[in-house]
Amino acid sequence: MVDRVTKKASLVYFIADNIITSLGFTTSENFQAIREGKSGIEIVKDKNIYPEPFPASLVNTKKLEEEFAKIAVKGHFTRLEKMLILSVTDALKHLDVDIRSERTGIILSTTKGNIDLLEPQKKQMREEDRLHLWKLGRVIAGYFGNPNEPVVLSNACISGVLAINIAAGLIGQGKYDNVVVTGGDIVTKFVVSGFMSFMSLSPGPCKPFDAVRDGLSLGEGAGTVILGNKGRTGENIIFKGGGSANDANHISGPSRTGEGSYIAIGSAFKEAGVTGNDMDYISAHGTATLYNDEMESIAIGRHNMENVPVNSFKGNWGHTLGAAGIVETAMMLTEMKENILLKSTGFEKPGVSIPITVIDKTKNKTLNTCLKMASGFGGTNAALVVQKN
Amino acid sequence: MTPVIETYCHLRNNRIFRDGKLLFESPDTNLKDFLKSAYKFLNPGYAKFYKMDELSKLGFLAAEVLSPAFDKELRPEETGVILSNTHSTWVTDLRHQQTISDTENFFPSPAIFVYTLPNIMTGEISIRHRFRGENAFFIFEKFNPELITDYINRLIMSKKIKACLGGYVDRSTDGYDVFVYYLRSGKNSTQKPKHTAAGMWKLYEII
Repeated sequence: MVDRVTKKASLVYFIADNIITSLGFTTSENFQAIREGKSGIEIVKDKNIYPEPFPASLVNTKKLEEEFAKIAVKGHFTRLEKMLILSVTDALKHLDVDIRSERTGIILSTTKGNIDLLEPQKKQMREEDRLHLWKLGRVIAGYFGNPNEPVVLSNACISGVLAINIAAGLIGQGKYDNVVVTGGDIVTKFVVSGFMSFMSLSPGPCKPFDAVRDGLSLGEGAGTVILGNKGRTGENIIFKGGGSANDANHISGPSRTGEGSYIAIGSAFKEAGVTGNDMDYISAHGTATLYNDEMESIAIGRHNMENVPVNSFKGNWGHTLGAAGIVETAMMLTEMKENILLKSTGFEKPGVSIPITVIDKTKNKTLNTCLKMASGFGGTNAALVVQKN
Repeated sequence: MTPVIETYCHLRNNRIFRDGKLLFESPDTNLKDFLKSAYKFLNPGYAKFYKMDELSKLGFLAAEVLSPAFDKELRPEETGVILSNTHSTWVTDLRHQQTISDTENFFPSPAIFVYTLPNIMTGEISIRHRFRGENAFFIFEKFNPELITDYINRLIMSKKIKACLGGYVDRSTDGYDVFVYYLRSGKNSTQKPKHTAAGMWKLYEII
């Protein structure tokens, strides 16, 4: 074991991805929609979720059922499981990765998994253990016939970014040849009522980094990023470095100095052998709460990246929790492949104290080295750096 | 070189064990009273403890037991907290669900909801001891040291952290199970248990 760890780390490549959200069921559908400036956040009137109307970005249930029927599998699956299975299935398409191999690992990122099964009307659908996150991991790994113990990561809103960092490490040390990182969360009464009680939801579609931002919008979705130790012919994007850190400040509010985020970015930079000057673009967490966006701008400023273009996809998809880090990284990779900076939807007027460069118009730019940021409840922060090879 | 365990702790059956030896035994058989008497015994003088959910209290107390061994010379970002369990925040999930099940009596509370994320416990420990290093929370079907020992060792070898709290803190409707350890790189000793999956299995089962 130890010898394997000390062996020279090999390159880790991003080889495939998928995004399932309100804006589409593939990465390219989502990319086209965001390029057109679309937002999937709508006012939802569903008393089964919340007594009052609330804005959220929901996956189209009819389309989900249709797509799932196409892969015609036996057995009963929950709404979230269907999204995850579809997401992994799409990412695996046209790829010579054997998911049934013991050399392929699976990491699942989720905050609450099948928590909707706690609702009284879903009681008859409830199987023993199905509510538990480890079981969700088993259901997904079992569906694909993967022989390895699924790794389930539940670290609030940084789960997706952290899962990619962990996957890269597992490949780098030679434990796996490929790792399928998948993650998701759904909009439930459980989560909506909780965020409502925190009074952190915006009454309209959220406006990351904007002067009049007033809270986040919830979203649901699933995403998949597959990493491997072999690139494909032509241009590749590789994982360069990652890091996580805790603010050690407050369990439900970010540090005012951006300390944890600053440390996580610094750790990712150190591993990648880069500095803020090397960044061509930043995909921020950008939840559109007053404190989060302010905190991120401070962390960006402390790394001297005020002039690096920044956006957040929360204005398009809302906050998709366990999926967020994965779908947002997948979209960052797409921007790099297309050499396009996508407008930060919902942003109009600068509203953070550090003059960061929020992307106000979609435009072309050569993108070589980019940063993904994430932060969450529990004072937790993560970052990762990717680069064209 | 594989890091070694500086110190470890179990919380089981109303007892606290440090390094395999009984440190405290409570006459109380229910968890609520055990947590209260264990807190009084350890006497950390930390009023925020009373606001925490049971899972966070268990993790907090385990860290408190190990804290005399924490290396105070390290910078905050040099200590990580990498924990795991089976039931995530199950008992608190049920509490939050109770507050929203009845439309006539709908009273979700942020003070409960925030604890429906297992890494809040990691946050509570980090705040208390000013640990700002790598953090992660994993869920496995049962105690499973395979991945986290490997992960922590890799973080240490890549010099991202120099010390780490690791282990398992679980709370279910059936009970609780806590095994948490502290390791510090560069303090190798043949006397101390090696931080390997097999080694952690052995320590986990020692009580």
